[in-house]
Amino acid sequence: MFDNFPLWPVAASTGARNVDALYIFLVLIAAFMSVAIFTMILIFALRYRRRKGVHAEQIEGSMALEITWSVVPLGIFMVIFAWGAIVYFQERTPPRGANEVYVVAKQWMWKLEHEEGQREINELHVPVGRDVKLIMTSQDVIHSFYVPAFRIKQDVLPGRYTTAWFRATKPGTYHLFCAEYCGSQHSGMIGQVVVLEPAQYQAWLSGGLASGSMAQNGEAIFSQLGCPTCHRFDTQGRGPNLKGIFGKPVQLEDGRSVVADENYIRESILSPSAKVVSGFKPIMPVFQGLVSEEQLTALVAYIKSLSSGPSGAASTPTEPSAKP
Amino acid sequence: MATAAVTAERENYLNKEYGIRSWLLTTDHKRIALLYLASITFFFFIGGFFALLIRLELLTPAGDLVQADTYNKLFSMHGQVMIFFFLIPSIPAVLGNFLVPLMIGAKDLAFPRINLLSWYLYITAGLVYLHCIVMGGVDTGWTFYTPFSTAFSNTKVIEAGIAIFIAGFSSILTGLNFVVTIHRMRAPGMTWSRLPLFIWAHYATSIIQLLGTPVLAITLLLVVFERAFHLGIFDPTRGGDPLLFQHLFWFYSHPAVYIMILPSMGVVTEIIPCFARKRVFGYSAVALSSIAIAVFGFLVWAHHMFVAGISLYSAMIFSILSYMVAIPSAIKVFNWTATLYKGSISFSTPMLYAFGFIGLFTMGGLTGLFLAALGIDVHVTDTYFVVAHFHYIMVGGAVMGYLGGMHFWWPKISGRMYPEGWGRLAALIVFLGFNLTFFPQFVLGYLGMPRRYWQYPPEFQVLNVLSTAGSTILAVGYVLPMVYFLWSMRYGKIAPDNPWNAAGLEWKTTSPPPTFNFEEEPVVTWEAYNYDQLPEPQEVSLER
Repeated sequence: MFDNFPLWPVAASTGARNVDALYIFLVLIAAFMSVAIFTMILIFALRYRRRKGVHAEQIEGSMALEITWSVVPLGIFMVIFAWGAIVYFQERTPPRGANEVYVVAKQWMWKLEHEEGQREINELHVPVGRDVKLIMTSQDVIHSFYVPAFRIKQDVLPGRYTTAWFRATKPGTYHLFCAEYCGSQHSGMIGQVVVLEPAQYQAWLSGGLASGSMAQNGEAIFSQLGCPTCHRFDTQGRGPNLKGIFGKPVQLEDGRSVVADENYIRESILSPSAKVVSGFKPIMPVFQGLVSEEQLTALVAYIKSLSSGPSGAASTPTEPSAKP
Repeated sequence: MATAAVTAERENYLNKEYGIRSWLLTTDHKRIALLYLASITFFFFIGGFFALLIRLELLTPAGDLVQADTYNKLFSMHGQVMIFFFLIPSIPAVLGNFLVPLMIGAKDLAFPRINLLSWYLYITAGLVYLHCIVMGGVDTGWTFYTPFSTAFSNTKVIEAGIAIFIAGFSSILTGLNFVVTIHRMRAPGMTWSRLPLFIWAHYATSIIQLLGTPVLAITLLLVVFERAFHLGIFDPTRGGDPLLFQHLFWFYSHPAVYIMILPSMGVVTEIIPCFARKRVFGYSAVALSSIAIAVFGFLVWAHHMFVAGISLYSAMIFSILSYMVAIPSAIKVFNWTATLYKGSISFSTPMLYAFGFIGLFTMGGLTGLFLAALGIDVHVTDTYFVVAHFHYIMVGGAVMGYLGGMHFWWPKISGRMYPEGWGRLAALIVFLGFNLTFFPQFVLGYLGMPRRYWQYPPEFQVLNVLSTAGSTILAVGYVLPMVYFLWSMRYGKIAPDNPWNAAGLEWKTTSPPPTFNFEEEPVVTWEAYNYDQLPEPQEVSLER
């Protein structure tokens, strides 16, 4: 019975170590504070238990003590806050040049697609020692991508992209859970992350049945939908030239400026008139309901590939998952 | 026995009138408190029944006891029943209703008829919700997250939403009544600085009920409308935003935690001085910390959303504010501990519950520090760590306080003593059963077991078995008091007016009190908790 009785989760990513270190610090603080409080209560309760002829001594309170036990915990809390914020900042900021994997969640399945074009369901193969960035959306309700061994979790929302990243440190097979309640088979929406040695990963990649990279597929969809008619690669198009725009600030018609990240591209395809680029007219047709989530991610991957770098490595600077 | 017989025949709020009409049309706050007591106890056992089924299902990794859909309904309805139909009304509507006028020396609440109306609203809501359960129930979790609740669930979401919408008004009316009563109805001499801290806690609670509950009501109404008429407020394909729902929902539902825990803190602040025979250490610190909790409680809601897709910077703001709200809670724990210093402490049942409250609330509070730490929250949110944490606060904290208060004031409410030996035994069983149920869940959560899972990987089984074992012990601990309270109403010893020699105006009238509480209006010339002027009581004997 006790073979199967873990008390500590496997740590298989660089981020997991950071989380564990903070967690252990917090366990020590919590243990110290609770032992201190419980010991005081126990000592007082025994030392001052009711005895004949002994009366309680009335004490009004003490301003000095009140200030002490407000300020000292506050100081400790601020240390925890700062440490927690640093760990969170690392968790939420994908490094540049990460391998990108697009994730589409639906009731009750994870669909994953690698930049190279390999598709997987409920399984994600990644190489050890490489940064992997997940760009995720949902076809229906809110889900949450959770890999305990990496200590990462990110809700996956319909209608926008959220991102997460990790760098696996240990080959093996780890749980992938949906952590946001999503209906009947919520607990069946599980899978696994398989971390491979680089050589094995290359073998796995070339063994897959990919029909072209995501960017190539995206280019095909781009042509099929007739996008190149307006979005020409010169200055003559009725729509903006998409070359090199990804990750750059874009001046809008109403004077605002936005960064052309995954969410902006997505929004500009689905409801183009929301944020029109300065100097252009809102003439693009609405594609809401006309393209699937998979087609959208391929289009996003294609437009990213048009920017500098082999795979559109220029990522959003800080807040890819902020509200559009 | 002769004096007992005389006491029993004295006119009081219980024997003044008989018959069903005298209860259903009463405007006496004490009788309404008992109406609430019966109704919330009923819902507590329904919610508890759901909880036991949940724990039995989780005894094995496979989903084998009930279907997945049934399981989803069980945890959804367990949460909704326990929160909206038990915890939120529990202490305010029962003990608060009974005690607020007595403690401040008033004849009744400011609006006795509105008080009765609030109970009828509660009952209406309860009937709608029972109908919802019978017609198949609801499976949205207690949180109603969109777009699942608005567009995907095919259960009775609208009915559940309407039931909770109505229950909200009962809560608002109770809060309104308390605020006005505490401002306007205090007896001569009962200044703000002489108020029992139970009253301060209820004042803070009432403010949250008044300001927070309308937001929940509006939010649920939007869910109902969106589901019925496809408005698109939370639907991203129509330009809506599912996160807007989460912001609105938690704007109420985080402060709602303080609606549940503040009154319990108030109860504990009455019990500890009485059984330590001391004035409360740091009266004003404890009073003001209640107000601070009510205010700061409104500023931390998005700490439920650190992985939901809010921006990095708003997450940091809500994290730091969450640490701020921990300070006033810590202040209370330290002051309770300091109150014990140089006291004369007895270990009667209410005091055992108060000790249990401090222990479990401290654990709940300290694990809250983990969840407020952004980097940790990413890993443990939506896992059993969160489940354990909020049960430590809301069951370990709020329910321990509620049971402690029920024992402390039972002689006043019923005019009878409960059996002390059984009381202490039950307190011990509750404490042990609670820890066995919920402590393993912290470990499960850090291991990564997500909440709301009908089936789970086999390596989580041992901890789940421990938890289920604990829950059966806990169930025994909760049934026991109900049995002996009922028993004591007929067979318990007649209670004296002030069995604990406690300070507080409620103990200066008879047990049970007359309909208008006091023979003549009391005039207060002393501070609260003047235990130096009260003799120590005889130790309550363990035999019945």
